[in-house]
This record gives sequence, structure tokens and C-alpha cells, in this order.
Amino acid sequence: MATLHTRSLARVMISPAVLILLVWMIIPLAMTLYFSLLRYNLLMPGLEEFTGLANYEFFLTDPAFVDSLVNTLLLVGGVLVVTVIGGTLLALLLDQPSWGRGIVRLLVIAPFFVMPTVSALVWKNMFMHSVNGLFTWIAHSLGFEPIDWLAEFPLFSITMIVAWGWLPFATLIILTALQSLDQSQKEAAELDGAGPISVFAYITLPHLTRALTVVVLIETIFLLSVFAEILVTTNGGPGTESTNISYLIYAQALLQFDVGAASAGGIVAILLANIVAIFLIRMIGRNLG
Amino acid sequence: MILVRFALTVSVLVASTALTGCARETERSKGSSGSAQPSSGTSAGTTTLTIATVNNGDMIRMQKLTDEFTVANPGIKLEWVTMEENVLRQKVTTDVAARGGQYDIVTIGTYEVPIWAAHNWLAALGDLGPDYDVDDLLPTIRDSLTVEGKLYAAPFYGESSMLMYRQDLFDKAGLKMPTAPTWSFVADAARKITDKKANVYGICLRGKAGWGENMALLSAMANSFGARWFDMEWKPQFNGAEWKTTLQFYVDLMKDAGPPGVSSNGFNENLAMFQSGNCGMWLDATVAAAFVTDPAESKVADSVGFALAPDNGMGKRSNWLWAWSLAIPASSAKQEAARKFIAWATSKDYLALVAGKQGWASVPPGTRASLYANPEYQKAAPFAKMTLESIKAADPKNPTVNPVPYVGVQFVAIPEFQGIGTAVGQQFAAALAGITSVEKALDNAQKITEREMKRSGYGKK
Amino acid sequence: MSSRVFPKRKLIFTVVGWLIGITLFFPIIWTILTSFKTEGTAIAMPPKFLFFDWTLENYFEVQDRSNYLQHAMNSVVISLGSTGLGLLVAMPAAWAMAFSPTKHTKNVLMWMLSTKMLPPVGVLVPIYLLFRDFDLLDTRLGMVVVLMLMNLPIIVWMLYTYFKEIPGEILEAARMDGATIGKEIIYVLAPMAVPGIASTLLLNVILAWNESFWTLNLTVTDAAPLTAFIASYSSPEGLFWAKLSAASTLAIAPILVMGWFSQKQLVRGLTFGAVK
Repeated sequence: MATLHTRSLARVMISPAVLILLVWMIIPLAMTLYFSLLRYNLLMPGLEEFTGLANYEFFLTDPAFVDSLVNTLLLVGGVLVVTVIGGTLLALLLDQPSWGRGIVRLLVIAPFFVMPTVSALVWKNMFMHSVNGLFTWIAHSLGFEPIDWLAEFPLFSITMIVAWGWLPFATLIILTALQSLDQSQKEAAELDGAGPISVFAYITLPHLTRALTVVVLIETIFLLSVFAEILVTTNGGPGTESTNISYLIYAQALLQFDVGAASAGGIVAILLANIVAIFLIRMIGRNLG
Repeated sequence: MILVRFALTVSVLVASTALTGCARETERSKGSSGSAQPSSGTSAGTTTLTIATVNNGDMIRMQKLTDEFTVANPGIKLEWVTMEENVLRQKVTTDVAARGGQYDIVTIGTYEVPIWAAHNWLAALGDLGPDYDVDDLLPTIRDSLTVEGKLYAAPFYGESSMLMYRQDLFDKAGLKMPTAPTWSFVADAARKITDKKANVYGICLRGKAGWGENMALLSAMANSFGARWFDMEWKPQFNGAEWKTTLQFYVDLMKDAGPPGVSSNGFNENLAMFQSGNCGMWLDATVAAAFVTDPAESKVADSVGFALAPDNGMGKRSNWLWAWSLAIPASSAKQEAARKFIAWATSKDYLALVAGKQGWASVPPGTRASLYANPEYQKAAPFAKMTLESIKAADPKNPTVNPVPYVGVQFVAIPEFQGIGTAVGQQFAAALAGITSVEKALDNAQKITEREMKRSGYGKK
Repeated sequence: MSSRVFPKRKLIFTVVGWLIGITLFFPIIWTILTSFKTEGTAIAMPPKFLFFDWTLENYFEVQDRSNYLQHAMNSVVISLGSTGLGLLVAMPAAWAMAFSPTKHTKNVLMWMLSTKMLPPVGVLVPIYLLFRDFDLLDTRLGMVVVLMLMNLPIIVWMLYTYFKEIPGEILEAARMDGATIGKEIIYVLAPMAVPGIASTLLLNVILAWNESFWTLNLTVTDAAPLTAFIASYSSPEGLFWAKLSAASTLAIAPILVMGWFSQKQLVRGLTFGAVK
């Protein structure tokens, strides 16, 4: 009876929430789907007509499409690798007793609070600038030929800028998980003669699985649609070296004002995101238990 | 289409009924927070104008002179949206094209005006008052803002491009800059002046991708090499020999005599380098002249010379034409007040007002013939004569050696150009950075342009 | 390990920790320092670190040109409003999903999360037209609604994973004692859920504060938050690093201070019950 009671109540309680969720998820989706079938350019009013799948064909045959797909995956993968490995190492370090640990922790988490546009502007102008940037100065002082980061290694540079913002997030979560680790287990293992590496591999790492899953999942969601950092730093170039799917859609939507093609791009992006999501669930979803 | 939009609207309305109470409350609190600001006297007759403008120095000066206008026009209050060029352009274009009615005055360029006016998105300016003296506006600039005999935007400042060079370096190398140089002279001189060990590079040119960055330079430069964007059938011309010569010349020159990292350099980067003495020559906007000759900012202020943008003996120079101008969207509900403001901000009196407060060198240049006839201005601005000549030499109606179906020197005044120009600009930046070859970049540019033009239905007509 | 600490080891960890901490924090410090330089000093090579003529002129200039307080206030209202509204909507859904799950619950959650990956730029024009028709352009309400809807999937999901950690037996026990559903929520569930709700709230305030696409494109003056304020100072013609730094410092300061003070609460729920 209790279950029956809660079930029906659950349905009542869930309804407004689900309704709004559906409005947000279905309506823009439906609108996007609808516009994706239209020839519709904001700058050419009066020419709207139904074109079937022409917008999809146009978007998918864009010479930059394959590059942007690869770049999207490289960017997500690169940031994930940097933040997960870096975050784990940093968390292990911050878990050790040291003087001023609390302040170090504040310093480490700070980048997470910085707006993506601000961080991109600061990195681009004050660090990676090829004439007056700090990196250029460092290279000069050490006697190296300075590197023009955003022209020579555009995707790598953007990966680093984005990773700088997400590293604190990974560190914080992993650190909290570490601090809940049962110390007696570790001590027992050490008494049995296990070195720090095997302690990490057999005791610490398994304990961190779930925290790492959360980091990967949340970051992936945000990283798939990284956009501000690219717009501010490289505009997707040189060539298509740093164009990702979001940027490609932006070019259609706010440079061409081609609403049809941008909508088709949006639908393609959602399909891709779902493919990634399925992979994620396959690989790590079980850990969410 | 309207039906679908209506259906969607209704369903959203249903879903958000719970929020409407909240909506009214916010509206109310908005009103009250507005009156809490000291500057907004909410007396009955007050009109608030929302002005969208670019965050360049001349516009910021205009924003700071707000009080001068409101004191003279007590019924009008000004709200400013001052933003970086690209962000502003997106916001304003979206709003004006969607008839959102959020702005009463927008700052747009010679690229937008003909397109927007043709769609009836702009209100014609009509009569700007007895003292305005429309005939004083420089003819090339005024023509660019006029569609079918009506003026749709008033120029706030205008620019062409010209060659700025270092007199001292030229003297040292025993060279003499002619007033109207050719590209081959410029290239030779650039290679001679370059002294990489001393961090001196013969020539600085834009390399950063963007339709308003490297493509402004390259399109104008290509004109002097006999190249063009489209032939009379709107077929892209990147597979022609003229573009190949242009791009190869540019890439080779920058490799030999350009600064490092040139593919990231836009106006600002080049300005900073020229001011710090790293560039022997710089071909860019005429407005830069005021910055490079200002001793407070520039290390090389007293050794800068000016010359016309180079040509190639084919009858066209590489100088562009641009004017940031003020216009009224047709969707604005306050067009009378907006007209008053525009007449004020682009008048002769405004120039005198700025001159009185900050000196003649700080007035917005390139719009009025009377400014260039003013001896005080000529004295304060050594670059005045060359600026005027450059602006006069630009011909947006006949920009190229061979005939073209479009208007515009460094752009093509069609809506597709922003997107195409940026994508092509990326390809050329890649060629400059050595990521692709010149041939490949041109081949890609041709494909990108053909694709977009086919989609828009050009060539079918 | 930590029970047997050698001072030498602690010293090494301290040095390494501080080095990394300062390196990661350096861009922020550098921005703050640059905001006190003149434009000329800001681009000077070699760079000047501490010994330059400190000036407040950039802050005066920023104050002169923009109404910082209004932008900051809009950021506060929009981020708090959207998060609050989101919590109100999401809590019942998450509660129901956690305590009477069906076999599709997880799939629904995953699908919801995947819609977050729709690049906003793809739907800008449709949303702009809707907002125009509803008179929501440049209103705080409009921004609250849009950001609430943007972050809703994350909010539902966080609350769900957190609620799920609350053992069902406790609820059963309360029910046995004759507690009604209302009492069950207020007296049993709510106290246990506070940390989870708090961290959901904090994370989403941060995300909403830093959101720069919708806030930039759907506002003009009245509702424009700090992201629009930043756009006034980036990349004009001429030198701009010092003024941009001053504006950046002003834009990130409130959220940085809030984040530092609430980091413990932020972390507790961020771990989604990953810590038992």
C-alpha cells in the first residue's frame, strides 16, 4: 500500500517538474528540428521555404566538418586526460600534511570561478601573445625562439586554457573522495610491506572510481560544447585547426545568420552527444550504481 | 511558418503560466530600480535612447560627452551599449533582422548600410536640420551610405588605408619613399630594412583571420594586382592567376621581411609593434596615424612618414574605405529623438566640441571636408593631407581592374560575405603560417566560396 | 601514511604544494597586478612584476564608463534567481525519481543530460524570436528563465544522485511511526538533504554567473550582467590590457570570494555520494 501511495504521489510531484523539463527539452528541440528543414536566413527575409534535408546535407558536407569532429574529440579527450591525471596527482599532494595546506587549496581551486571569456582573454593577451606575452618574455630570457602558441599549436593552447579552468573541479572532487578513504586499510597494507605504488593501485584507485566517473561525466557534458574560449582566442583557425562542432555551428548562426544550417548543425551535435553519452554509460555508467 | 510559431508560442505560454506572476513583479521592480539611478529623471516627457556602439576611442569619447547632449536636450536620456566590434555586430544584426526593437541608434559600417537599407531595416535619415550641411560630408563616404538617393546612416568617423613608414630607417638604408609607391618598391625596401637581430622587420601587415582583419588587407591588395572576388556571373575567382600572384607575393614578403607570429597579428598587434619600433612599414587604417604620431604612446612618433597605399601599375591602389556610421533601425519607436542625437554627434559643432576639450588631433576624422580645410587641424594632424587623399582615392563602386557585380573595396556588400570572408581568411592565415601551401589555400577558398554561393542561389539567376 | 610524518617529507610537500598553487593562481594574480598598471606599463617588455607606479586610473575609467554596480546586481539576481527557481522545479522530480524509480529513470536522466550538449548558438534565433514576442528581451525574468532551463538537467541529476544516497529504511521507519508524506519530507528528508541541496545551489550559481552566451545575446542594458560588462573592455583599437584587467578583476571578484568562503559546502555535494 505504501508503495502504491508513494507511486501515485510521485507522479503528481514529478508532473510540474517533468512538464517544464519537457518544455525545455522538447520545444527547442522541436523548433530546431523544424528550422533545420527550412531554408531560412535571417539576412535574407522573405525567402523561407521547405527544403527537406538540404540543410543537413549542407552541414555534413562542409569541408570543415570532419576536422571539427576530430577537434571536438581531441579537445574533450585532451582536457579530460590533463584534468583527471593532474587532478589525481594534485589531490594526492593536497591530502598530505604540509604547512599552509588550506591556503594552497584556495589558490588551486580559484581558476574554477573565472569566467571562460575572461580566462581566454587573459591567456591570449597576457601570456600567449607573440610579442608582449609573458611566455614570449620567458622564452627570450632563456634564449629560445619564442613560440606563437595560438598560431602554431592552436588546439593544444586551447586545451590548456580550458584544462586550467577544469583542473580545480577534478582536484576538489578527488580530494574529497581521498579524505574519506579508510586509513586503517592503507596502514594494514603498508605493514604487509606494500609500497606506495601498490597501495595506490590496489586501495586508493578503486576507492576513487566513482569520483573519477563523476568528473569525467560532468566535464564531458561541458567540454563538448566549449565555444567561448575558441571564439576569443583563435576564431577556429588557422585554417580549421581549432574549429570544433560548436564553433562550426556558430559560423553558420552568427556569421552567415543561416538559421536552417545552424539548426541542422545543432541536431547533428545532439546526435553526436548522445553517441558519446552511450559510450560513456557503457564504459563507466555502471560505477554510478 | 507563422502558424507553427504561433503554436509554439502558445505551448510555451501554457507551460510558463506559473511564472507570469513573477514576471509582473520583475517588471515593476525594474521600473523602480530604474528611477533609483541618479541620472534618470523620470519626468513625463523623457525619452530614453539606447545606443549601440563599438568600444573604439572615438566612440568612448562620444559616450563621455553624454552630458553635453542631454543638457542641450533635456527631454532625452542616453543609455549606452559599448562593446567589442564582433560581439556588437552579432547582437545588433540579430536584433535588427529579427525586428527586436531593442536599439534606437546602431553603429554600423559601410558594409551593412546598403544591405540593411535594401531590406528596409533602417529608417532613412531625412532632414538633419538647417546647420547640418550634408554637402560637407566627403563624397566617397556619403555615397557609401546612400541607397537610392537617400542617406541611411551618418558617418561618425571614416578611414581609408595608407602606408606608414619610418623615415629614420629609410634614411639609414639610403632609400626614399615616393608619395605613391608601387608594391615592388615596397617589397624591396622591406627586405632591405629588415634587421632581425635588432628586432626590426621591414613590413608589418595584418595576418589574423577575419573578414575585417586579413581579408580587408588582402582584398584591397588583390584589387591592385588585378584580382577580384567574383566575375560578372558571380563566379568566385580564387582559381585565377591574379589571386595566386597576390597571395604568393604576400606570403613571400611576410616570410622574408615580416615579424614572427604574423598570422596572429591584427590591427592592434601591429599598432603595438609599430609604436615600439619593430616595424619599418605598416599598411593599415588611416586612423592609426593619430596613434603612431602621439609621443605619449609611440616611441617613433617623430620619425613617421606617410604615403599612399601601394599600387601595381594597373590603375588601382590597395586602399580601402570604411566609415563607422550611426543609423536608426526601422524597429525603433523613438526615431525623432534618435535623429536629433545623430545630427548632434556627426555635426561640425561636435568636432569643435571635441577639439575644444581635447585638442584637434582627437576629433573623429575622415567625414567632413571642412575639417580638412581647417588650418588648425592641419597643424595638429600632420597626416591629414594623406588621409584625405587616401579616402578620395578609394572607389567602392569600381574597386577592381576588371568589372565586378558588387560594391565594396575590401568587402563584397552581400549578406553572405561575413561568413565566406572569415572562412577564406582562415585559409589564407593557414597559408601564411605555413600550415598549408598557397595553392591549397586558394583551392580551398574557391571551394568554400562556390559552396556558399551555390547555396544562396547565385549563378542560377 | 599520514600518521608517520617526517618533517623533511612535510617540507618537500609544502614546497611542491606552494609552487603548484602559486603557478595555477598566477594568471589571476597577474590580472590583478596588471589592473594597477598604466596601459604602457602593462605591455612593457620585460614585464614589470611589483615595482611599477601603482595607479587606480583603470578603475576610475571603468567606473566612469559603466555602471558596475548595476551589472553586478544583475549577475546576482540572475544567478540566484535561476538557481532558486531551478531547485524548486527540480526537487520534486528528483525526489520522485530517487524514491520511486521506474526502469526508465536512468535512461531519462542520461537523455536529459545529453540535451545539455545542444550548442546554445544553434537555437539562438528561435529563442530570440520567442523572447521578442513575449517581451522578455533584456529583462531579468527572461534571463532567469533561460538560465534555469539551461541548468535544469544538471540540477535534477545532482539532486537525484544525492537523494539516492539517503537510505530508504529511514523513510520506511518514519512512515511506520505514522508520519505523513509532508512530515516525512520536512523532518526526515530535508535535514539529510541540506548539504546536497547547498552544493547544488552553489555549483549552479557559479555556472550561471559565468554563463556568457545567453547573458550576452539576450540582454541590452537593463538586465545586462557582468559578462556584458567585460565585452565593453575587450579588444578595442589601441591599448586595452590594463583596463581589461581592471574590468576582469571586478567581474570575477564577487564569485571568487563567494567560492572561497563556501568551498567546503560546495565540495560536499559535488561528490554525489561518491564518498561513503
